[in-house]
Amino acid sequence: MPSVNSETVLELRDVAFGYGERLVLSGLNMRFKRGQVVAVMGGSGCGKTTVLKLIGALVKANAGQVLFGDDDIDTLDAKGVYRLRRKMGMLFQFGALFTDMSVFENVAFPLREHTNLPETLIRDLVLMKLNAVGLRGARDLLPSEISGGMSRRVALARAIALDPQIMMYDEPFAGLDPISLGITANLIKTFNQALGATSILVTHDVPESFAIADYVYFIANGGIAAEGTPDELRASKDPAVRQFIDAAPDGPFRFHYPGVPLDADFGLATTKEPR
Amino acid sequence: MKKTALDFWVGLFVLCGFVALLFLALKAGNMSALSFQPTYQVKMRFDNIGGLKGGAAVKSSGVVVGRVDTITFDDKTFQALVTIDVDKKFQFPDDSSAKILTSGLLGEQYIGLEPGGSEQNLKSGDTIAMTQSAIVLENLISQFLYSKAADSGAASGASAAGAPAGGAGSAAGSTSGGASGSAGANHGAAFPGAAAAMGGSNAAASGAQ
Amino acid sequence: MITALGRHVRSGISRTGYATRMLLRLISMFGLMVTRPRLVTRQIMFIGNYSLLIIGVSGLFVGFVLGLQGYYTLSRYGSEASVGLLVALSLVRELGPVVAALLFAGRAGTSLTAEIGLMKAGEQLMAMEMMAVDPVRFVIAPRFWAGAISMPILAAIFSAVGIFGGYIVGVLLLGIDSGSFWSQMQGGVDVARDVGNGVIKSIIFGLAVTFIALYQGYEASPTPEGVSRATTRTVVYASLTVLGLDFLLTALMFGN
Repeated sequence: MPSVNSETVLELRDVAFGYGERLVLSGLNMRFKRGQVVAVMGGSGCGKTTVLKLIGALVKANAGQVLFGDDDIDTLDAKGVYRLRRKMGMLFQFGALFTDMSVFENVAFPLREHTNLPETLIRDLVLMKLNAVGLRGARDLLPSEISGGMSRRVALARAIALDPQIMMYDEPFAGLDPISLGITANLIKTFNQALGATSILVTHDVPESFAIADYVYFIANGGIAAEGTPDELRASKDPAVRQFIDAAPDGPFRFHYPGVPLDADFGLATTKEPR
Repeated sequence: MKKTALDFWVGLFVLCGFVALLFLALKAGNMSALSFQPTYQVKMRFDNIGGLKGGAAVKSSGVVVGRVDTITFDDKTFQALVTIDVDKKFQFPDDSSAKILTSGLLGEQYIGLEPGGSEQNLKSGDTIAMTQSAIVLENLISQFLYSKAADSGAASGASAAGAPAGGAGSAAGSTSGGASGSAGANHGAAFPGAAAAMGGSNAAASGAQ
Repeated sequence: MITALGRHVRSGISRTGYATRMLLRLISMFGLMVTRPRLVTRQIMFIGNYSLLIIGVSGLFVGFVLGLQGYYTLSRYGSEASVGLLVALSLVRELGPVVAALLFAGRAGTSLTAEIGLMKAGEQLMAMEMMAVDPVRFVIAPRFWAGAISMPILAAIFSAVGIFGGYIVGVLLLGIDSGSFWSQMQGGVDVARDVGNGVIKSIIFGLAVTFIALYQGYEASPTPEGVSRATTRTVVYASLTVLGLDFLLTALMFGN
């Protein structure tokens, strides 16, 4: 697809999304350049995963445009959407491996479905991808026989099977031990460079993602609260960003869930008794 | 599961299904009969077809030689028009007769073909002229009662009119016996010998009651 | 309150429309059996072969009971020899398709619903979508056609085994004459009418039960209790549908 601005591969312009009348996100403006690792961060339930779903055309925006080069995904029919998705890879939070297939078959799935390559070539490709994530020896195991961390690595191998141009990661660091954290961050960076792709990380892990991200978007209150390079965000004065980065217990993200004041619940006296 | 093993087991499953279906069709059903033989059609008219249904058997000498195809009402002759399919293997003379019979006492009804003596055979589309309708139970019972009453009325000779049906048969007999007794007495005065003879025969008749 | 009712009716109608569209899509994908036979045969294995045991054993016992009950009742009128006819007609016309369909709904239907529901909960269906493979074509349609194929086979096996069960009880245990057992049966069971209609019924039941199971799984809430509620709905809806369709079809087929 020839486009004027060849650097920006993906853009969200004034995107709004909600269920029914309640808007979860509004006025979203995001740009993703080729070769970048972009982190999308925010508190739980702020709508980060929804951004990925909007990009993958799993949900439709209420307003605004999602542009790939010059194409608005709204104009695409089902076939067009499928063609677009073949250039994307997505890693789900818990791997989402097909439980009735072995590790090898899971990684081979996109190759078998979308290419006419002979089985011998597919075998080589699958083993290469598995080798890159360090699980070539586990090729014949079933998803029920491997740990959660290993599942995610297999899912990563599956997601990059077709060498996508856009890689999306949904909470790739959630629940990993320190060793796996380092490995995963490394893999994300390596694949991004090797594929020449654009990687979008949805995460709330600050240290790991800041280490590998080129650009960060911070989502709060249904919109983008802050954006910039990791260094810019570390220096940010915005209280929400500050609380997040400093991991402070209370601030714009309240600790207490809104409700009745403490005195009312425990029937504490409101008048002072004489001592 | 290995590909060949999978194919084998699924194939076996489908085969089992076919075998079951075949069993149902052949052993449990009536498929082995005239389903696939060439047949020719013959028509016939009945006053009453009773309980004859489409698909019922057409037998001759007790052997199935055909099936009933259609049953309609002919509103020109006010009779039932039955069309049957007869197996081409069997030829019948064109003066054969058709009867509606019942298998067993209360079973299903079928058509019985009795061959005639003609030299010509029935051709496709021919009509059988001689038919006997089905026996309808109600007609049979009333026939029986009327004939029973008629028999007893003839023995008494005089006015004793239509006897009431059922168990009143013996009561009818005794009233006619009484009536003939008085009639006999009337005549007996004129002809003493005849009276004695009549009284004797009456006594015998009443004795037999 | 009126608006609430109106909203309910509207959502009910749009859900019916959605379900119908899904059904039509699945029916249009019957070419799968030619293009991806492996997918379909795999599902026939899980849906059909694995149901053989329960269908076979149930068929046998139903045949036993029919033979026994039939004998007790018919012997009052001296017509024990017709037990074969009774067993065969009951099975081939009604019990074969219906009971096999109910058992199918319970065994295969619930496992289909649970499987699809859990795949949905584990984001497998979404992952497939993101890999540009239509999950309806790859996951749902093969199971649909496998169910449509398996059901008539299971119903035929149920009827055949049941007749055999009736034979065991009637002839071997109760001493009815074997010859009259089979000849009475053959005299009364019409292949086109009875066996044929029974097969048609089982095909329709297969399509209905499998579709309900798959639809409930596909629309299930991706949580443990969502899946469990979906499996319950499968059994209830599928059973009621089978019985309702049976009434309709019987009236149509055996009416005149």
